[in-house]
Amino acid sequence: MERVVITGMGCLTPAGNSPEALWESLEAGRSGIRPHIPADNKLDVGLDPILKFKNTGQVQGFQTSDFNPTQLQTTERCAQLAIVAARNAAQQSCVTQHHPADKIGVILGCSTNGRLADEPEVVRVHRDNGRVHPLAIPRSMASNGVSQIAIDQQITGPSFTLSTACASGAHAIGLAFHMVRGGIITAALAGAHEAPLTRVFLRGWDSMRVVSPTSCRPFSADRDGMTLAEGAAVLTLETLASAKARNATIFAEVLGFGMSADAHHITQPRPDGPAQAIRACLEDAARTLKATDQTGTMQSLLEEIGYINAHGTATQTNDAVEAAAIAAVFGPRAPRIPISGTKGFTGHSIGASSAIETAITALALHHRRLPFTLGTTGCDPALDLDLITASPRAVPGEAPIVALTNALAFGGLNAILCLRSY
Amino acid sequence: MSETPATAEAIAAIIASFIATLKELPPESVTTASTFDELHMDSLDKINLSFEVEERFKISIPDDALNSLRNVGDVVAGVQRILAAQQP
Repeated sequence: MERVVITGMGCLTPAGNSPEALWESLEAGRSGIRPHIPADNKLDVGLDPILKFKNTGQVQGFQTSDFNPTQLQTTERCAQLAIVAARNAAQQSCVTQHHPADKIGVILGCSTNGRLADEPEVVRVHRDNGRVHPLAIPRSMASNGVSQIAIDQQITGPSFTLSTACASGAHAIGLAFHMVRGGIITAALAGAHEAPLTRVFLRGWDSMRVVSPTSCRPFSADRDGMTLAEGAAVLTLETLASAKARNATIFAEVLGFGMSADAHHITQPRPDGPAQAIRACLEDAARTLKATDQTGTMQSLLEEIGYINAHGTATQTNDAVEAAAIAAVFGPRAPRIPISGTKGFTGHSIGASSAIETAITALALHHRRLPFTLGTTGCDPALDLDLITASPRAVPGEAPIVALTNALAFGGLNAILCLRSY
Repeated sequence: MSETPATAEAIAAIIASFIATLKELPPESVTTASTFDELHMDSLDKINLSFEVEERFKISIPDDALNSLRNVGDVVAGVQRILAAQQP
């Protein structure tokens, strides 16, 4: 088994288009949630008066000016976000210069595919009985982003897109971690991307009555729903040996990955599913430690977890279930583990959210400062968590910090990653 | 159909403009003699072009005719032929 570290990050989020800009927002309490500006596609102009909410999280100032004509013709915003995030992650780590092309994987999550390419075509067919543009198919493929990255960076290793709703990013990073740890590949560009903010998507979520009319407030007693968003995050994962050999910057080490299915309900979560995934993640982390001659066990990891980046959608149900899962795993220690939900900064970008939050967790470990829960003034007393509010919390000393980042998806698909400062 | 160009020159100008935009080429570099190989147009580019031509001129290009196109002049001639056949 190989130890696996994060050596590069590309982040395109409503709260910043680079890891540095995102981190500045997290430090300054600057949210990317703003009044929604509809996409200019001639079908979706002006604010939708039907929506009960006005705010979303949109990536600001995104540029495709350096795309070649073929890339511009065959992509829409969802894949475009992936291409740029992957370029930034690769550029920061120089991964393609230091690993054979067939030993690098591109593994991304995406839940909503290329809706911005698809929906105008649907309108043309159903309203106008019109024809469908021939490039609508490649533009709207869920795997378009991964294919475009492979072409763009001439990466030939195992590459695929997976889709597990709001856990897509964590599943992608977790599987990439397992593949690097297991020696199938030596590096990966892993993460997720999502550009879902079409009128159909927004109305659909509005109908589900889980979107906040104002802004999301994770774990607050008065929380009233999520804020929808777009975004992408791609991480460079590679072996510790390769990173050390060229003295690369290491943001964090990935220790473990656990997943589970609630086997319960297509939208309602229950605590035993995520609790099972957290335990599986800690068992997996213990496996890494044992196989790489490091000290630590499942039991010691239960005592060592020093930060949890929560899924924290700010719906009444999600946050209560997530808190119950943490309590089930950590018992009396649960109320003493620092935890924050960062969707008040970024909004909830569905499949991309857990990739963005993995990047945030890695940055927190790198800087030894734990982000706070923007929008929430105090933790819901019913949840009994050490919720970080008001300002980031510094972690003094030099002892390693072990953290979890949680992803709980619709349909009960759970994915948990364990990271450690390096 | 009053806006449909009647002349080969007008049809060629529209097609050349689309190809120039598609391939980021100077418009003057796309002529009726330009072959698709010279323009680095792959099969997807040709499908894209045929869709635009069909939509613009309200015509339908048969699959076998599409496969026989080798240069811009072929497309112009094909469009003219189909338009002429549609005249009452």
